Amino acid sequence: MADTVTQGAPGALDMREHYMALTRRRRLYSGVMLIVFVALMASGFVVANDRNAGGFWDGIHNIFAFPAMVIAETSGKLMLLPAHLAHFFPSLVETINIAAVSTLVGGGLGMILSLLSTRGLARFPLLIPLFRRIMDIMRAVPEIVIALVLIFILGGGPVPAMIAIAFHTGGALGKLFSEVNENADTKPLDGLESVGATWMQRMYLGVMPQVAPNYLSYALLRFEVNIRASAILGFVGAGGIGYELKNAMSWGQGKFDEAAAIFLLLFGAIVFFDQVSSHFRNRLTQGRPVS
Amino acid sequence: MLLSVENVSKVFGGNVAVDSVSFSIEKPAFVGIIGRSGAGKSTLLRMVNRLTDASSGAIRFEGRDVLSLGGSAKRAWQSDCAMIFQQFNLVPRMDVVSNVLHGTLNRHSAFATFFNLYPTADIHRAIDILDRLGIAEQAAKRAEALSGGQQQRVAIARALMQDPRIILADEPIASLDPMNAQVVMDALRRIHEEDGRMVVANLHTLDTARRYCDRVIGMRAGRIVFDGTPGQLTTGVARDIYGADASFSESATSTSIEALDANARAMMEEAELL
Repeated sequence: MADTVTQGAPGALDMREHYMALTRRRRLYSGVMLIVFVALMASGFVVANDRNAGGFWDGIHNIFAFPAMVIAETSGKLMLLPAHLAHFFPSLVETINIAAVSTLVGGGLGMILSLLSTRGLARFPLLIPLFRRIMDIMRAVPEIVIALVLIFILGGGPVPAMIAIAFHTGGALGKLFSEVNENADTKPLDGLESVGATWMQRMYLGVMPQVAPNYLSYALLRFEVNIRASAILGFVGAGGIGYELKNAMSWGQGKFDEAAAIFLLLFGAIVFFDQVSSHFRNRLTQGRPVS
Repeated sequence: MLLSVENVSKVFGGNVAVDSVSFSIEKPAFVGIIGRSGAGKSTLLRMVNRLTDASSGAIRFEGRDVLSLGGSAKRAWQSDCAMIFQQFNLVPRMDVVSNVLHGTLNRHSAFATFFNLYPTADIHRAIDILDRLGIAEQAAKRAEALSGGQQQRVAIARALMQDPRIILADEPIASLDPMNAQVVMDALRRIHEEDGRMVVANLHTLDTARRYCDRVIGMRAGRIVFDGTPGQLTTGVARDIYGADASFSESATSTSIEALDANARAMMEEAELL
């Protein structure tokens, strides 16, 4: 079943030439791009490696030294592991609490900011750029910087960590929420406006039912991110499991069995919340399974 | 026996989309499948191409059960069994020739296709196929810049590039205006006549099925309720296939230009009589 293509129609021959020239040019461009990319990566690596205190190739053999140590010390004290798990569980709960509260507070903040900065929905259309810049600033400052400043002012503990994560979350979720808002249908809003509803009523009754599933999905994803963030903030004195991990992880104290227990708890918590949130996100996007 | 479908069923959750369908096509023919939306026409074609897995049954092509194929054997079958979609399913941001060259993907490694390293002979053949379908001058444009009728012809060119044994067309003209619909159906018919390829098309209008097909299969609620020549497809049979009552009139929803002409002529004659 070979093609009975008519060879040599003049239009097609011209087009052959034209397209082959185009293809050759494209191949040349992508070849040059590939060479430039490889050269940049290689030279960048050399520069970075020269500025390193050690050296990549000298240090690479030691990559498994820390995990090997942790496993070696833990396997010696394996029967202590359940006790360690029980001992550190309350600080894990504290870390998760920080993440949960800051996700809730940050989510509320993000919701308000997103509604104020979406074209077509905003209460004060002229102020949209202002609210967008506010969200940019909230996203731009890393949690750990805010936490360090607040710990200096308020002293160590979970409250500064909560405020720091909530601030960053507000900016991050506000951006994601406003993208969801942009896809919302404005016809229900016209309907509500035509009956004389206020801005708050229009947002709550007209926008929220459309965007709630996506909001919740993003907020759950953010919750996972915040668990990790609040564990890291423990390193700078914000309490929770990060603080315990910092103490246990210091080299040469013989506490690596405790570090292993903390790693297990953190790993378990992330897996657990990942499963729970993906279950609920599926439920939200695909609807309840037919019973 | 070329293609034989034996007791093929497809169950989605609790719904039976295709219910124990059997038919066989002995020689390369132009076969139309008609039926209302949800009758299982698309699911049937998708099962032949292995885009959707069947729940039970067998589909044999030259004696080999294509439903049991897996891995590269399945992909090789898909390359032999081209599919044309209602919404064209081209890559919108790539140029027309690249889209046509996608028909050869089964023969090339992923690495070569990432770097756009198609053999020159393939590129020439792609342009010749486009020329045969009358759209060679569009070759270097992005697929999304073309009209619906042109895009569907690019999709047919991609199918031809596969050099397939069967061409499956799932509602190829449902998204097109009457004139483009005719161009696309003429192209499919020409491919069937000139290359002797088997074409199986889902169609949603009766006049198209009558005009282009050698054989028509009618489906209703997942079952085959009619299998015969276009001549046997009377209004009574059509009512049965579509589950319509006596108020059903074909010309009311016809999309062919001839039908419009016929309507217009009838109106003119009426006007003259008055």
